[in-house]
Amino acid sequence: MNNLEKKKNIKLLQGNEACAEGALLAGVRFFAGYPITPSSEIAENMAFKLPKIGGKFIQMEDEIASMAAVIGASIAGLKSLTATSGPGMCLKQENLGFAIINEIPCVVVNAQRGGPSTGLPTKPSQGDMMQARWGTHGDHPIIALAPSTVNEILTLTIKAFNLSEKYRIPVILLLDEVIAHMREKVEIPAPEDIEVINRKKPTVPPEEYLPFKPDEDGVPPMANFGEGYRYHITGLIHDHKGLPTSNSQEIDAFIRRLHNKIQKSIKDIIIYQKYSLDDANIALIAYGSVARAAERTVKLAREEGLKVGLLKLLTIWPFCFEEVNKLAQQVDLIIVPEMNLGQMVLEVERAAQGKCRVVPYGRVDGELINPIEILGKIREEIRK
Amino acid sequence: MKTVINNYIREEMFPNMWCPGCGNGIVLGAIIRAIDDLSWDKDKIVAVSGIGCSSRITGYVDFCTMNTTHGRALPFATGIKMANPDLKVIVVMGDGDCSAIGGNHFIHAARRNIDLTAIIINNMIYGMTGGQYSPLTPTGKYGSTAPYGNIDQSFDLVELAIAAGASYVARGTVYNPRQSTSLIKNALDKKGFSVVEIISDCPVSYGKMNKMKSPADMLKWIKDITVSKKVWEGFSPDEKKGKYAIGEFLSKDRPDYTELYEEIIKKAQERGGNK
Amino acid sequence: MEERIETCLSGSGGQGLILAGIILAEAAGIYDGKEAVQTQSYGPEARGGASRSEVVISNSAIDYPKVIKADILLALTQTACDKYVKNLNKDGILVADSTLVAEIPNISNKIYLFPIAETAQKKFGTKLVTNIISLGIIVGLTEVVSQEAIQKAVCSRVPVKAKEINEKALLLGFDIAKELKIKK
Repeated sequence: MNNLEKKKNIKLLQGNEACAEGALLAGVRFFAGYPITPSSEIAENMAFKLPKIGGKFIQMEDEIASMAAVIGASIAGLKSLTATSGPGMCLKQENLGFAIINEIPCVVVNAQRGGPSTGLPTKPSQGDMMQARWGTHGDHPIIALAPSTVNEILTLTIKAFNLSEKYRIPVILLLDEVIAHMREKVEIPAPEDIEVINRKKPTVPPEEYLPFKPDEDGVPPMANFGEGYRYHITGLIHDHKGLPTSNSQEIDAFIRRLHNKIQKSIKDIIIYQKYSLDDANIALIAYGSVARAAERTVKLAREEGLKVGLLKLLTIWPFCFEEVNKLAQQVDLIIVPEMNLGQMVLEVERAAQGKCRVVPYGRVDGELINPIEILGKIREEIRK
Repeated sequence: MKTVINNYIREEMFPNMWCPGCGNGIVLGAIIRAIDDLSWDKDKIVAVSGIGCSSRITGYVDFCTMNTTHGRALPFATGIKMANPDLKVIVVMGDGDCSAIGGNHFIHAARRNIDLTAIIINNMIYGMTGGQYSPLTPTGKYGSTAPYGNIDQSFDLVELAIAAGASYVARGTVYNPRQSTSLIKNALDKKGFSVVEIISDCPVSYGKMNKMKSPADMLKWIKDITVSKKVWEGFSPDEKKGKYAIGEFLSKDRPDYTELYEEIIKKAQERGGNK
Repeated sequence: MEERIETCLSGSGGQGLILAGIILAEAAGIYDGKEAVQTQSYGPEARGGASRSEVVISNSAIDYPKVIKADILLALTQTACDKYVKNLNKDGILVADSTLVAEIPNISNKIYLFPIAETAQKKFGTKLVTNIISLGIIVGLTEVVSQEAIQKAVCSRVPVKAKEINEKALLLGFDIAKELKIKK
C-alpha cells in the first residue's frame, strides 16, 4: 500500500491524550505518576493503554517517588514517562537532578497551571519556564519542548523521547492547561512513518565498559541493568567508571561535558517556526497556547497594514539565542506575550543584546492572552 | 587472605570510607554471605541505596548498583523491579534514610508488597552528618540536635513494616552476624516485600554522645538491649522498655506486586478495544 | 476566505457542557471534515460553579483556539448569560433556557428561548440530556455543523447504554429549532 492509498487516522484528541499517543508511538513502556490537574488524563491513558502492549503503569505515593520510579525503569531498559503540574513539578526536581547527573533518558510532562503553590488548578499559566530551566539545583543543562497545538503535542512528545534517548538527558515537555485540555483534530501517524531513536548501547564487552566515558558526541553508550554490564550509578559527581570522584580535573571535565553534549548539538535540538517575519519590523516571540493568540494577532495586524511577524518557539530550552539575535537586528521592536510577568522576555533581552526594543506583555489572571490585547499592545508601543 | 567476600566486592573501592568500629562492614559481609549461599547470578542483582554512611554499601559490591537520593531508594528500586521483574533487587538504607525522609516510600513499598528486600542498618543516629537524632533514636538518648536528650518517641520498624503489609519482617544485630546473615538470606529468598532491620553501632557519633566511646562498649550495649523474640514475648510491658526483640517476626505468602501486574496485563490484553 | 464560527456553551458544572462541546467539535472536525478546536474553562469542583465550553470551527487551520466574539452563545444559567452575553458578536445568536435564565438581557441580537431542562425532565425523565437537546437546537437553528455529522458525533461520544435516549434528545432539539424559527 503506498502513502496515497493509506487511510489517514484522524481523531479528535485532547492534548493530554495526544501526549499519551505520542509517547506510545515513541516506544514508551513505563509510566509512574501521581494524579494532579491538569495532567491526570495522561496517567489515565497510560494506565489503560500500557498493559495492552505489555508495558507497565504504576501510581506512586507522590511525585518524588514517581520521578524515582521512572528513572529506575529507564535504567532497567524501558522508555519512561511521568506527567504532572506545578506543585508536582516542584517535587520532581530532586530526582530530575539525579537523572541529569546520571544521564538517564526519560520524559517529564509539566502541564502548567497558575501558581505559586496550589495556585489555579484548572487555569493556565506559563509561570514555570524558569523552573524548567533551573528548577533542580546545580549547574546543569536541560531540554524543554513546548507545543502549541494538539498535533504538536503528539509530534513533540515523540521528539522529546528521541532527544532524551539520543543525548541521555531528561526532557521536559512544557504544556499549559489550555492545550492539555483542548481537543483538536489530530492525524495520528503510522508507526512506520515516524523516526524513533533509541539509546546507544555499548559495543565493548562488560570488562572494558566505562559507563560514563563519552563518545565523540559527548554521550556515553548506555548499558541497561541486567544486560551483563555491572556498574555503579551515583548522584555524586563521578568518574568514567561511575565511581565518586573528588579530583577537581575530573569534576570540571564532567560538568563541562554535560553542558557541551547539548550545546554542540543545538541545531538538532532547537526548533521554531516563523510567521510573516520576512518583511516584519515588529516581531512577537511566543510559545505554547499564547503563540496561537500571537499568530492571530499577526493576521489582524497585517489587515491593518502593520508589518508584524511571529517567532514561535517549540524548543524553549536551550533557548534559541542565535535566531532571536538575528531577529533583533532585523526588527525595531520585539513584544513577548506570556502568561507570567516576564520570564521569557529576560532571555529575549539577553539574546537581543540591545539591538532592538524588547517589551514584555504579561497576563496572570488565569485566562489565555487573546489576540486583540496583543494587537492593542502593538498599537500602544507604536505610539511611543 | 581471600575469602568469599572478595568474589563480590569492587576491590578498587577499598579501603572503605567507614570509621573504625562501624557496624556497616559487618552488614556488608552478612549480605554478601547470604547472596553467596543463594548462588545468585551477579549480573541479575541490583543493589539500590539512598544517602548516608550505610548507603555507601552499593559502591562496594560488584552488582548493578545505584546510590540514589536521600530516602528515595525504594521508589527507584520499584521502577527497576517493575521494568524487569527478573532482577533481584536489594535496597540498603539507614535509619534516617528509611524512616524519616523515606518513611512514606517505606510504608507504600510494604503496602504494595513489591518483591524487594529492604535492609535497614539502624545505628539510631544520622552518622554521616555528625550525630543528629533520627526517628529511631531511643527516647532520652542524646544527639547533636538533641543536646538535652531526645523527647521524640521512636518508631518500631518491625511493627511498622508488619502493619504496612510486608511479607517478611525480621530484626538482627551486628553483634549477631550469623543470625543476621540467615535472616537476610530468608528475606532475599522471600517473594514480596521483605524487611530486615539490623541494629548497628556508630561509636563515633552515637557512642560518643551516649557514653559508649569504644566500638566494644557499643557492641556490649547492643547485646544488652536485645533479646530473642521468644524471651521478648514472655516480658511484661515494663521489661520491654528500652529493649528490642530480635529474630523473625513475619513470613507469609502473598502475591507480589509484579505478579499482580502481570495479571493486569493479561486482563488488558483480553479486553481489547479502546473503551 | 476564512470562515470562522465561534460557539460558547455556558452554564454550570454538571450540565454536560464540556461533553456537548466535544460532540460539536467532533461533528465539525471528523464528520464534516472541517477544522475544529474545543476548549473549556471550569472551576476546581466537578459539580456546580461556572462552566463553559468553547468550540471554534473553521474551513482553514485555526490559530487562536478560544472564542474572541461568540457567534453562538448557549446560556443555561443566569450567571453565565450575564457574563458571556457581553462577548456576543453583533450578528451572533443567543440560545437560553427560559426557566433557568429569568432575566433576558437587553440586546439587539436574535434570542431563542426555550425551557430546555424542563422539557428534558418531562420527555425523558432526566435533565441529563439538556446538553444534547441544546445541541439539537443550536444545529437546527444555525447549521453550524450538518445534522448527519452531529448525529454521528452524539452516537460516538455518549455511552452505549445512553445512545438511544440521546439520539431522541437530539432529534427533539431539531424539532424545537424548527418551532423557534417559525415563531421569529
